[in-house]
Amino acid sequence: MALLEDKDRIFTNLYGYHPWNLEAAKQRGDWDHTKAILDRGRDAIIDEMKASGLRGRGGAGFPTGVKWSFMPKENTGKPHYLVVNADESEPGTCKDREIMRNDPHKLVEGCLVASYAMGAEAAYIYIRGEYRHEYKVLEAAVAEAYEAGLIGKNACGSGFDFDIYVHHGAGAYICGEETALLESLEGKKGQPRLKPPFPAMAGLYGCPTTVNNVESIAVAPTILRRGAAWFSSFGRENNTGTKLFCISGHVEKPCNVEEALSIPMRELLEKHCGGVRGGWDNLLAVIPGGSSVPLLPKHICDDVLMDFDALREVQSGLGTAAVIVMDKSTDIIKAIARLSYFYKHESCGQCTPCREGTGWMWRVMERLVRGEAEVEEIDMLLDVSKQIEGRTICALGDAAAWPVQGLIRHFRDEIVDRIKNRTRVQVPAAAE
Amino acid sequence: MPTLKVNGEEVEFEKGMTVLQVCESAGVEIPRFCYHERLSIAGNCRMCLVEVKPGPPKPAASCALPAGDGMEVLTNSEMVTKARNGVMEFLLINHPLDCPICDQGGECDLQDQAMAYGYDGSRFEENKRAVEDKYMGPLINTIMTRCIHCTRCVRFSTEIAGVEDMGLLNRGESAEISSLEQAVASELSANVIDLCPVGALTSKPYQFNARPWELKKTESIDVMDAVGSNIRVDARGNEVLRVLPRLNEDVNEEWISDKTRYACDGLRKRRLDKVFVRGADGKLAPSDWNTAFKTIADKIASLEPSEIGAIAGDQCDVESMFALKDLMGRLGVTSLDCRQDGAKLDPSVRSSYLFNTSIAGIEQADAILIVGANPRWEAPLINARIRKAWLNSPVRIGVTGEKLDLTYSYDYLGAGPETLKAVADGSHSFAETLKKAERPMIILGPGAVSRSDGAAVLAAGRAIAEATGMIADGWNGFNVLNTAASRVGGLDIGFTPGEGGLDAAGILDGAASGAVKLVYLLAADEIDAAKLKDAFVIYQGHHGDAGAHAADVILPGAAYTEKPGIYVNTEGRVQMARRAAFPPGDGREDWTILRALSDTVGQTLPYDNLGELRRAVHTACPHMTEIDAAPTAEWAPFAGDASLSDLSDAPFASTIENFYQTDPISRASETMAACTEEILSRAQAGRDAAHG
Repeated sequence: MALLEDKDRIFTNLYGYHPWNLEAAKQRGDWDHTKAILDRGRDAIIDEMKASGLRGRGGAGFPTGVKWSFMPKENTGKPHYLVVNADESEPGTCKDREIMRNDPHKLVEGCLVASYAMGAEAAYIYIRGEYRHEYKVLEAAVAEAYEAGLIGKNACGSGFDFDIYVHHGAGAYICGEETALLESLEGKKGQPRLKPPFPAMAGLYGCPTTVNNVESIAVAPTILRRGAAWFSSFGRENNTGTKLFCISGHVEKPCNVEEALSIPMRELLEKHCGGVRGGWDNLLAVIPGGSSVPLLPKHICDDVLMDFDALREVQSGLGTAAVIVMDKSTDIIKAIARLSYFYKHESCGQCTPCREGTGWMWRVMERLVRGEAEVEEIDMLLDVSKQIEGRTICALGDAAAWPVQGLIRHFRDEIVDRIKNRTRVQVPAAAE
Repeated sequence: MPTLKVNGEEVEFEKGMTVLQVCESAGVEIPRFCYHERLSIAGNCRMCLVEVKPGPPKPAASCALPAGDGMEVLTNSEMVTKARNGVMEFLLINHPLDCPICDQGGECDLQDQAMAYGYDGSRFEENKRAVEDKYMGPLINTIMTRCIHCTRCVRFSTEIAGVEDMGLLNRGESAEISSLEQAVASELSANVIDLCPVGALTSKPYQFNARPWELKKTESIDVMDAVGSNIRVDARGNEVLRVLPRLNEDVNEEWISDKTRYACDGLRKRRLDKVFVRGADGKLAPSDWNTAFKTIADKIASLEPSEIGAIAGDQCDVESMFALKDLMGRLGVTSLDCRQDGAKLDPSVRSSYLFNTSIAGIEQADAILIVGANPRWEAPLINARIRKAWLNSPVRIGVTGEKLDLTYSYDYLGAGPETLKAVADGSHSFAETLKKAERPMIILGPGAVSRSDGAAVLAAGRAIAEATGMIADGWNGFNVLNTAASRVGGLDIGFTPGEGGLDAAGILDGAASGAVKLVYLLAADEIDAAKLKDAFVIYQGHHGDAGAHAADVILPGAAYTEKPGIYVNTEGRVQMARRAAFPPGDGREDWTILRALSDTVGQTLPYDNLGELRRAVHTACPHMTEIDAAPTAEWAPFAGDASLSDLSDAPFASTIENFYQTDPISRASETMAACTEEILSRAQAGRDAAHG
């Protein structure tokens, strides 16, 4: 399979070789006849997005055009909002960060186009607390766009009044969950809301709202310029387009790269990252989509495709496309135990199963790392993870359960061995 | 009507109901911890999970799921059983299994549901979490390790009580309920104890006192204010240990104020349990009923009826007031009054002294003018209703009087009667608001009607009511907020000055000047007892308070938990209290004391038992037969000769200085003293510091 050619890349300044500013962005093709895009009308924009097959880049993979079409068409008497989820906190993921610091105008322009399509009069960009630099760049880019009349009153001369507000979070993972993000944006404690009502009916300040990932919004202008057919020519059916992959861990050259969806994992790692450290055969496992999806052992990685459906078929997921590669030097149990600690630490504490279960799983995992457990406890752990999965308000419970389930599914023998091989130091019973 | 299937059975439901409510209506029990009918839906405990088709292949929280036509709900499938077991297990892994030493034992939701929906053992081998206990004031005891984070307490205090004192700190398994180490500054704070489904928040004064199954439960009526909250009095033996709310949608819903709940320890303190007669040495000495009655009879025989006066207190039952009035009438005495605070209420027109809109009716109001009242202290549950209306509807509220934190926002119109005048003559903009409103109401508080110009205030209130359309078919927006539980009952039976008689202030002034030589105090303590120095004072009551100190003869009576009695609340709702315990020592039910005394003074009252007395009350006041009926009273002119020009310039001031100590019982209560110290004094100190 041929690699994605440079001419087909959307993010042409992903590595920051060029300035991020408006002038440079315009040279890269941003803000080119944006008014003409808007002039096509709301329905045409949404239809084009639907036709492109773009699926949400935040992790869940919900078709973006369809999501936009959920916003009320008629005037509800309330303002509509676009909220951009830039609270990129999924371990292993660092794609939105590169967009915001090297190519922020793609996002700003995307906000205008998407908001216009949904009748949103304002967009809020909720940016992760730790992203100080990106926040400053984005603020400056927004200021540039205002200055140039691209947004604000009569944006791009389209007659559409539109504002962008950049909001700085405080660094809580849960605020990346769309409804917790809305709560946080409203100044409340970041805890996920019950659904229904969904944000498209009652979101920010109770008004119709769409929450999209940075990448989903940033690719929209290019899709609309180059056409849905161009975008959907990449990847497989239902998994179309290009995607930013963030490859970290035990590869020769960890990197961010834009590639077509459905690229074989092995090709992705070998062509772009110099391959697995010590060769392909030294691969132990890969977490293909950010910390919350189950890991895949080498034998699956050999020929799996990197897209939503292929990864789902092997009981994992594309997630944010953050590929975490682990070679045979990895203590896989310890690696997953660290993720369990992360979810225990980041649980908001609202729902019983997640609040109590994440801590329980982490503690058992810690013992499994040392082998201080009984073999029966592996099944108990699996059962506990199943008691969390699907029982909570938001997906954090699922995200905490899946890595553990993946570990037990593929590395049960490893766990059992560790328990069996534990040197049992017999401590003499105290004389009583 | 849409329908859905619950476990295969077709159930009809109304649009807007949740799946949990539909299941309840179908008689299918859904376990829950965080869900509560009167609070917002949190959906966090995950105990109410059910299987719903069509839908994703995972259980759904029924408390938050709107019922849909054609849904299929399963509450007994394997998926549901497993989900419930799982949630129950999670709830218990960090819950200390200290039921034997937990005050919630026997009335604990977690205990009950663990029996019904839990596993029989634990798989949790790790260390349990321990949480530091929090300070939440003198009423709420905390053992926070038991907390299951349902956030009912947080939602109650922010939504119903309207204070932001409680919250959930931190996140994940470090999440803790806290009031930031401060007492929860609300008059309704202790309701969180009832709401707490586990033993995390328990009652501090009742700590380790009794188990629920040891208690005799008596349904009764509260007398700490004129709301007439429905209560349950729990007693062990002859000792009242606690008071809990009872459901009455029209009155207190399911809440009670902290005073109602906790003043009951005052029933054990400072009690009058013997007959006392002041001897020749000027000191009160224990005596017996016959001697006391003889002393009284001799004194009465030596006096003219005009030299005698009687005042009824704020917590008297209708029967005892009726018997005293009857006795006084037979003696020819006309100086009677049940308005210790000097309220200028007109007893001849019932609608002039009632809360005509009714408490539940507040929720329909779209404009409210509050005059000279602090409903938060004078009737916390009425204040909670106003807040409820304010939360749920676009009601405009205006306040004339003191500028206080009432837990809702309002237009502050002014401090004194000049504003009232302006509203009455239409020159104030709020008059326009009232006129435009479909259901406007006015609330005249004790701070407005018990002043010397109270009659003029009432006249102004009536003028406003009539001018702004408050009196309409099916709507009466004129309201007097009484604070005395006995007030409406006393006015109903006419415990007011007769022909040429003196009112309460007149009796006291007469006693001071020597014109009144004998004063009969029926549990009346909110008076200036110094004025009674030279008069012969009979005090019949239950606590050694102001009245008893001035007395020459003390007749020990019964407190509200110790006698059956009728009380009429500020709405005019007639309610029946029941006896939960007996009065201590020689104390007797009050009407029997009066009946016995009447014998000795030679004016025998014609009833030998409570039934006969009640029949006499019913004959005199037929509406007293309508127990718990919604109040209605004809609108008629009142406050005849008072005019707006009689209004003084003094600003309206609240009559209550300390919410926690307003009557002999609460003044005797250690808990109420602790509340005064820990909540009010500190709040005051905080305010002083802020201003200093």
